[in-house]
Amino acid sequence: MDDIVLETRGLTKRYGGVHALEDANFILRKGEHVAVVGDNGAGKSTFVRQITAVEQKSAGQIFFDGREVNFAGPLEAREAGIETVFQTLALADDLDVPSNLFLGRELFRFRLGPFSILDRKAMRERTLEALKTTAVKIPNVDNPIRNMSGGQRQCVSIARTAAFASKLVIMDEPTAALGVQETAQVENIIRGLKERGVPLVLISHNLRQVIELVDRIVVFRRGRIVASLRKDETDGNDIVSYITGVKGGQDAA
Amino acid sequence: MSEASHGLGGLKYDPRKKERPQELNVFLALVVIVVAFELIGRLFLGDSFLFNTRENVDTLFNNQRLSIIILQVSIVGIIALGVTQVIITGGIDLSSGSIVGVTAMVTMSFAQTAMVNGNPNPKAIFGEGLMDLPILVPVLVGLACGLAAGFINGALIAYTRIPPFIATLGMMVTARGAAKWWSKGNPISFPTEQYAAIGQGMNPVLIFMALAILFHCVMTYTRYGKHCYAIGSNEAAARMSGINVNAHKVLVYTIAGMLAALAAVVLSSRNLTAQAGMGVMYELDAIAMAVIGGVSLAGGRGSILGTVLGALIFGVIISGFTFLKLDAYYQEMVKGVIIVAAVVLDQWRQRGRVRG
Ligand SMILES: Nc1ncnc2c1ncn2[C@@H]1O[C@H](COP(=O)(O)OP(=O)(O)O)[C@@H](O)[C@H]1O
Ligand SMILES: [Mg+2]
Repeated sequence: MDDIVLETRGLTKRYGGVHALEDANFILRKGEHVAVVGDNGAGKSTFVRQITAVEQKSAGQIFFDGREVNFAGPLEAREAGIETVFQTLALADDLDVPSNLFLGRELFRFRLGPFSILDRKAMRERTLEALKTTAVKIPNVDNPIRNMSGGQRQCVSIARTAAFASKLVIMDEPTAALGVQETAQVENIIRGLKERGVPLVLISHNLRQVIELVDRIVVFRRGRIVASLRKDETDGNDIVSYITGVKGGQDAA
Repeated sequence: MSEASHGLGGLKYDPRKKERPQELNVFLALVVIVVAFELIGRLFLGDSFLFNTRENVDTLFNNQRLSIIILQVSIVGIIALGVTQVIITGGIDLSSGSIVGVTAMVTMSFAQTAMVNGNPNPKAIFGEGLMDLPILVPVLVGLACGLAAGFINGALIAYTRIPPFIATLGMMVTARGAAKWWSKGNPISFPTEQYAAIGQGMNPVLIFMALAILFHCVMTYTRYGKHCYAIGSNEAAARMSGINVNAHKVLVYTIAGMLAALAAVVLSSRNLTAQAGMGVMYELDAIAMAVIGGVSLAGGRGSILGTVLGALIFGVIISGFTFLKLDAYYQEMVKGVIIVAAVVLDQWRQRGRVRG
């Protein structure tokens, strides 16, 4: 019981009549990497948005780090130690890499309310450090990120998450728009998290990736969790049959 | 791994190249325009735009013209500093000209002197007790006017989600009305000597420059500046990153209002009078200076330095037309064309950046 990092009980989200997420019971243990898979519209992103309080849940409970939490917004979730890479990039295109990494949690040389003086040097150094530990290669961190490739931007987003990762990392389809090499880079970051013992919820359509990287696979279908499969007890075909509904009539955890 | 492998789908991006700053382009445009006027002047008028041609004056440059150029843009330039911050956050402020009007009226009525040439002030707004006040009083009253107007703009935009265009348009009309109502349309004149001194000589230029440097630093080195760019760049991302976007917007519009109020103080002091029609169209001139200076109406890009250069281009063009002895009508028309041209240029730059 003590080694549970994140638990949801009966987590439910409805948009008007749409039951996007129904009665999700989910457990993530210390150091564990879990994949969330399922068809488009299965409710995976909705599940993430409830945990990170981007939206307010319709029903259910969330336990994080040993206590029940009711975050008022994404900042509270982040302050509690949940770092998220959202499916839609949450980056400011006109800012450079350090500014994006430290957006909303800048380092200061001198505190003066809203006019606090930024410690640009420290932020730049820590950015280079973070990029190094995550093995992300960004040639010139001082350029605005708008002209970087989709992959590089995604890497910035992931480096931000990994650099500040304390208790839990959630990634919503981090490699969906990436090329082969960029995908490999992201997968390396994920392996780095595993080595550091940072727990992860990875949403992905890439079953090869999922089987390679994570310990356990949770399948969503039509807003419900229909299976929780240990990596060594399943394979691609098995997972697909749960995704498509050939297997798994009733809920699992 | 090969060198050219980063990037998706053949995007042009040379990672080692530091991008050329937008301000450099604006500066080059300024140089080109000055050279153009110089050439036209030499060829067609036999006169120099930039250099001194009078025998009785011993200077290299035509200092008189140069000081007029910078003087005439300084007061609107002060407003443009605030407008720049607003536009960088992705907003717009149409109310600054009217804030100048109402602030000038209110401020001037606290800056009046009791006796004019030994007689009681014929334009007195308040009784004896509120005349000959120390200079701090009208200045603070003026700033308070700008603060209130800007705060209302910001609060409307942040908390009722009215588009900035509409909210500040409302303020534009309301504040102009208030300026007329304040003294039933009469001008207010005869400020104290202290107050009159604020805007004399090259003071407007000094005030403009000091404020430009101050806000350059604020926009470059503080959290406030960083968040302006972040919000203008991607408001949703700024919110998700935990930036208090609403509070920030209120602050930005409040600062813009206070800068418009400062412009009103300088202007009314310089003119020794305040009228309800003061500052009409200043909002558009200020927006033009910013846009010419490379501040993107889409938000997220531009700088105080760019706006200062934009203001200089603006001033050079106006004086260039006077120099070429062109009608004032043409000046107005060309001003309009320049504004549109600057926006079109910005659109082009935007399109160049769209990703596949
Ligand atoms: N803001 C919203 N309003 C209404 N319906 C929504 C909203 N967001 C998601 N949905 C619906 O909820 C369901 C689950 O969506 P989502 O969580 O994005 O799926 P996934 O990420 O698994 O592809 C879909 O049917 C989708 O149409
Ligand atoms: Mg999704």
